[in-house]
Amino acid sequence: MTRPMYRNYALDGPENQRALERKLANAQWYTCPISRKRLKELMQRRDGPAIRDTLIWFGLLALTGTLGYLAWGTWWAVPCFAAYGVLYGSTSDSRWHECGHGTAFKTPWMNEVVYQIASFMVVRAPIPWRWSHARHHTDTIIVGRDPEIAVPRPPNVLMMILNFVHLKSTPTDLGRMLRHCFGRMTAAERDYIPAGEEKTIFWTSRIHIAIYLAVIGWSVAIRSILPLMYVGLPALYGSWLMVVFGLTQHAGLAEDVLDHRLNCRTVHICLANRFLYWNMNYHVEHHMFPSVPYHALPALHEELKADMPPAYPSLWAAYREIIPTVLRQMKDPAYFVRRPIPSHPRPGLEAASAVLSSA
Amino acid sequence: MASEWIRVCAADEIEPDDLRRFDHGDRTFVVYRTAEDEYFATDGLCTHEKVHLADGFVIGNVIECPKHNGCFDFRTGAATRRPAREPLRTWPVKVEEGQVFVQIG
Ligand code: FES
Repeated sequence: MTRPMYRNYALDGPENQRALERKLANAQWYTCPISRKRLKELMQRRDGPAIRDTLIWFGLLALTGTLGYLAWGTWWAVPCFAAYGVLYGSTSDSRWHECGHGTAFKTPWMNEVVYQIASFMVVRAPIPWRWSHARHHTDTIIVGRDPEIAVPRPPNVLMMILNFVHLKSTPTDLGRMLRHCFGRMTAAERDYIPAGEEKTIFWTSRIHIAIYLAVIGWSVAIRSILPLMYVGLPALYGSWLMVVFGLTQHAGLAEDVLDHRLNCRTVHICLANRFLYWNMNYHVEHHMFPSVPYHALPALHEELKADMPPAYPSLWAAYREIIPTVLRQMKDPAYFVRRPIPSHPRPGLEAASAVLSSA
Repeated sequence: MASEWIRVCAADEIEPDDLRRFDHGDRTFVVYRTAEDEYFATDGLCTHEKVHLADGFVIGNVIECPKHNGCFDFRTGAATRRPAREPLRTWPVKVEEGQVFVQIG
């Protein structure tokens, strides 16, 4: 019997060097054919959709938060805070993501303001996570290089279940922020964060931790958990929907490939979920062309789908694949889902960029 | 190496608010045309992770890198959005008789 394959996912471990040697790091990735003209149309930035969505988001937070306050002490507070928590702890993830790419709004400062607020809500140090996410895009699911592999093999199912209320991610992130408060960074962070960012990282983490301490102090002073129900705890009790969406992105798919069609999923979800997730269900498209803002991803999907594996028709369909795959990977870590890719891309489209050469 | 003016293309081969990649020897450059019909040139590879900026898009006076959305002001080369931090090298451009030339040192 052959021994199951266990890989070291640490960024400061031997797989990092191995990925470099195998030319998997900072490599050229496959892109589906699309004309530059059409891609240029799709990447156009607009403020309108993100301003509308942000006003609705903050409006719903205010509404559910107020109802929760009025209902506090009764069972009616449960659905109010359940909704508030999801808007705070899950929706903030997609806002963090899109604004981190700088594509949600046309106006740069709007992206930055929402990025900073959403980073705080989702308990992520804004600068390290910006660099971590850049690496995730450079080396998507390349073992030893990608700091954002959510389901390393063999999967730790207990941790996956605990993480539906972020009992793995949030303590890890709080630990990192505490380390920043004392002027320290992990070896993995030093692998993807360039020198020169430390001062801002340390001060930002100190501000975040100071706000959490103030809210804890307030809760202790008034002998009520209520302030923490608004700030801090929703990142735990409201994070489950972020995990439901997030696991569909890459879980169970191939590692160490240079084609996003093989290691990302596009899943069709309803309009309400697309609002909460800001269209990140079009995940193959997003990874292939990160310049395209969230509101244009459905149109990008239409352009590319002939050269894509079929999209999953629902979250349920995605989980019918993910759950058995994860369970099988516990015993057989080498197993993964092979996505079918069309053998012939659509002909007749010009390359994304023309090259002129001097004579 | 002495600077030389190299012909890139006809001026109207580049759309307003767009760019063209230009390779010379083993080096790669990008020539930009603004909406006001001004032309600029920079090195062709992003200073973050050496991705071809010609696959990115012009937004005003900014070139946005296609890989991580890092941005540069192509008039000055200044990096204006992370993860781009190091400036891009810029090169003189002239348009003569409808042709674009870049002075490469
Ligand atoms: S390669 Fe250009 S911003 Fe990263």
